[in-house]
Amino acid sequence: MIEIKDLKASVEEKDILKGLNLNIGPGEVHAIMGPNGAGKSTLGNVLAGREGYEVTGGSATLNGKDILDLDPEERAREGLFLAFQYPVEIPGVSNLEFLKASVDAVREQQGKPALDSVQFLKLAREKCKAVNLDQSFLKRGVNEGFSGGEKKRNELMQMMLLEPSLCILDETDSGLDIDALQVVAEGVNAMRDANRSFIVVTHYQRLLDYIVPDYVHVLANGRIVKSGGKELALELEEKGYGWLENGNDNGAE
Amino acid sequence: MATNAEIESQIKAREYKAGFVTNIESETLPPGLDEDVVRFISAKKGEPEWLTEWRLKAYREWLTMTEPDWAHIGYPKIDYQDISYYSAPKSMDDKPKSLDEVDPELLAVYDKLGIPLHEQMALAGVAVDAVFDSVSVATTFRDKLEEAGVIFMPISEAVHEYPELIKKYMGSVVPQRDNYFAALNSAVFSDGSFVYIPKGVRCPMELSTYFRINEAMTGQFERTLIVADEGSYVSYLEGCTAPMRDENQLHAAVVELVALDGAEIKYSTVQNWYPGDENGKGGIYNFVTKRAVAHTNAKVSWTQVETGSAVTWKYPSCVLKGDNSIGEFYSVALTNNYQQADTGTKMIHMGKNTKSTIISKGISAGKSQNAYRGLVRMGPMAEGARNFTQCDSLLLGDKCGAHTFPYIESKHPSAVVEHEATTSTVSDDQLFLCQQRGIDTEKAVSMIVNGFCKEVFKELPMEFAVEAGKLLEISLEGSVG
Repeated sequence: MIEIKDLKASVEEKDILKGLNLNIGPGEVHAIMGPNGAGKSTLGNVLAGREGYEVTGGSATLNGKDILDLDPEERAREGLFLAFQYPVEIPGVSNLEFLKASVDAVREQQGKPALDSVQFLKLAREKCKAVNLDQSFLKRGVNEGFSGGEKKRNELMQMMLLEPSLCILDETDSGLDIDALQVVAEGVNAMRDANRSFIVVTHYQRLLDYIVPDYVHVLANGRIVKSGGKELALELEEKGYGWLENGNDNGAE
Repeated sequence: MATNAEIESQIKAREYKAGFVTNIESETLPPGLDEDVVRFISAKKGEPEWLTEWRLKAYREWLTMTEPDWAHIGYPKIDYQDISYYSAPKSMDDKPKSLDEVDPELLAVYDKLGIPLHEQMALAGVAVDAVFDSVSVATTFRDKLEEAGVIFMPISEAVHEYPELIKKYMGSVVPQRDNYFAALNSAVFSDGSFVYIPKGVRCPMELSTYFRINEAMTGQFERTLIVADEGSYVSYLEGCTAPMRDENQLHAAVVELVALDGAEIKYSTVQNWYPGDENGKGGIYNFVTKRAVAHTNAKVSWTQVETGSAVTWKYPSCVLKGDNSIGEFYSVALTNNYQQADTGTKMIHMGKNTKSTIISKGISAGKSQNAYRGLVRMGPMAEGARNFTQCDSLLLGDKCGAHTFPYIESKHPSAVVEHEATTSTVSDDQLFLCQQRGIDTEKAVSMIVNGFCKEVFKELPMEFAVEAGKLLEISLEGSVG
C-alpha cells in the first residue's frame, strides 16, 4: 500500500524526520507511538504535503506511485486521507457544500461518475447517522462551533465518504472523552477492510484498546527505533519511552 | 409564441428605429467641455428648452466645484477637457461581423459565465441580423408591462413622452449641484432608464437592463430615474453580468429612486466594468451617485455586487423621509490586483420609527485597497429610529488593505445605532484542510469567499445570485498562489 524509504524532512530548517522507513501492506493497521517532539505529527503532514514541511530526502510510494512531488489535493485524490488532530473551522461554507466538493474531486480522479445533489444528500445523511451526528450538521459551517468530539466525528464522516486507501489518524484521541473515543474507534473499525490501510498516530496506549493495531512502531528522534506487535504498546505504557530514546542514541553512534 | 413572420417584422421595425438613431448620432465630438458642448448634446437629443437650461445650470455649478479628494483612493488627475462628451454608439457597419472578430479572452469569460451564444454576440456587439430569443422576450415583456401600466423606457424618450414626470422628479433626489460628479453627469448625461410604477401596482416582472444590452453600452454618463407611486412595488436589476470592455476611462452615473407612500423599490446591481490588468494598467474610474428617498411607510433596498472598475467611488444612500420608512444596503465589494474601492452607504433618518440595515462585505486580494465608508444620521425628528450595521472584511494575502470608516451622528436621544465589524483572512490551515480533501486552492478560496458573501447574495434575485458567485470566482482567479 505505502512504502516509505529513508524519509527525511525538515520544518523551518530543523531536521525532524531523519531517515524513516515504513512498509504498510493492504488492510494493515500500524500504530506510531513515541514521545512528544519525536516527529509523529510531522510524518502525517509530510505525507499529506502540507506547506512548510520540506522533504530533504527519501521517497514515499502510495499504490506504486511516488507521491512526494504531487500537490496536496492530488495526493488526497490518490486516496491519502489525513484526519486532523485539531480540525479547523471554515465559517460560512456549509458542511454539505464542502463534502460535495470534496467527494466530486475525488470521484472525478477515480473516473467515477459525479453524484447529483439528491444522491449526495442521501449518502451524506446515511454517513451522518453512521457517525452519530445530527443531520443539522450538514447545514452548519464546516466545523463551525462544533465540539471537539463533533469535529472528530465530522472527520470520520469525511473519511467514510471519500473511501481512501490510506488513512492517517493524527492523534485523533486528543481532546476526546471516552464516549466520543468509542464512537470514533467503532467508525474506524467499521472501515477496516482488506484494501484499506491505517496509520494511527498516538501518544497514549488508550486508543489502541479500541483500534487494535497489527503493528506498533516507536518513533523517536526522527526514526523508527522499535517495531513490534500490539503487545509493544502495553510495554510502552509500562516503561515509558526513555529506554528506547537512549538506546537509539547509543545505537546511532 | 410569436411566429417567424411576426418576429421578422419586429426585427425590421427595430432595424428601422436603429437606423434612425444612427442617422442623428453618427457624429463624435472632439474632446473638451464648454457650454456649446452641453447645448450640442441637448440639441442632438432634440430636448426641450427647459432641459437644455437644466443642463447648463448643472454645468455652471460644476465649474464652481472641485473634485472630491476625501476618499481612500488614488488616481492620476483626470483632464476633463481631454474627454469626448458625445460619441455615438458604433454603427452596425463598424461592429464585428462575427464572433471570430471578437477578442477571444472576452469570449472565454462569457463561456465561464454560461451566457448563451446569441447573447454573447449581443454583448460583444456583433452585428447579427436576428437575435430571435431576445427580440421575442423583449416584446412579450413590453406588452405585459404596458398592460400593468408600467413605464420602462430610455430616459431620452421619456423626456418627450412624459415631460411632467421627468420635470417633477429628475434632480429631486440628487440635485444638480449635489457633488462634483453628479453635476458633471447632469450637464452631459447621455441616456439611461426611466421607470414609473403606477399607484398600487406590483410590477409583474423584474426590470432589467439585461434586456436592453445595446443601451447599456452607450454611455459613460448614464442617468436612471425610478418613481414608484403609492403602494407600488418594483425590483430593478442593473448592469450586465458580463464584463464589458470599455474604452472610456470615466464613468459618472446618477441613479435616483423615489418611493412614495407605502411603495417598495428593490435595486440590485452587479458592477463588472473592466478592472484594469494585473499591473494596474487601464480600467474604469467609476464615480457613481445613487440615492433614494423613501416616503411614509416606504421601503428601499439596495443590493450591490461590485467586482469591476479600477476605482470605485459609490455610496447608494437612503433618505428616510417619511415615518416608518425602511432603508437597506447589502453590499459585496471585491478588489483584486491594483483595484481600489471606496464604497458604502448613507442612511439619513428623518422620520419617526425609521429603520435601516447595512450589511457590507469587503474582500481584498492582490495589492488592492478596499474601504467601507458609511454614514448613519439620526435627525432631530427621528424618534424611535434604529440602525444596524455589520461590516465584515476578508483579506486574501498580505499585500492588500481593508479599511472601515463609519460615521455616526445621532440627534435624537431615543434613536438606536448598532455597529459590528470584523476582519478575517483565509488561513493556510483552512486551505490545507480543503486541499487534503481533494479540493484545489482556487475552488477552496471561491467557496470560502462565496460563504463570506452569503448574507448579501441571498438578497439578489436567484439567477443573479448564481452569476454573482461565478463572477467572484473569475475575479479572484490567480489571486492565491
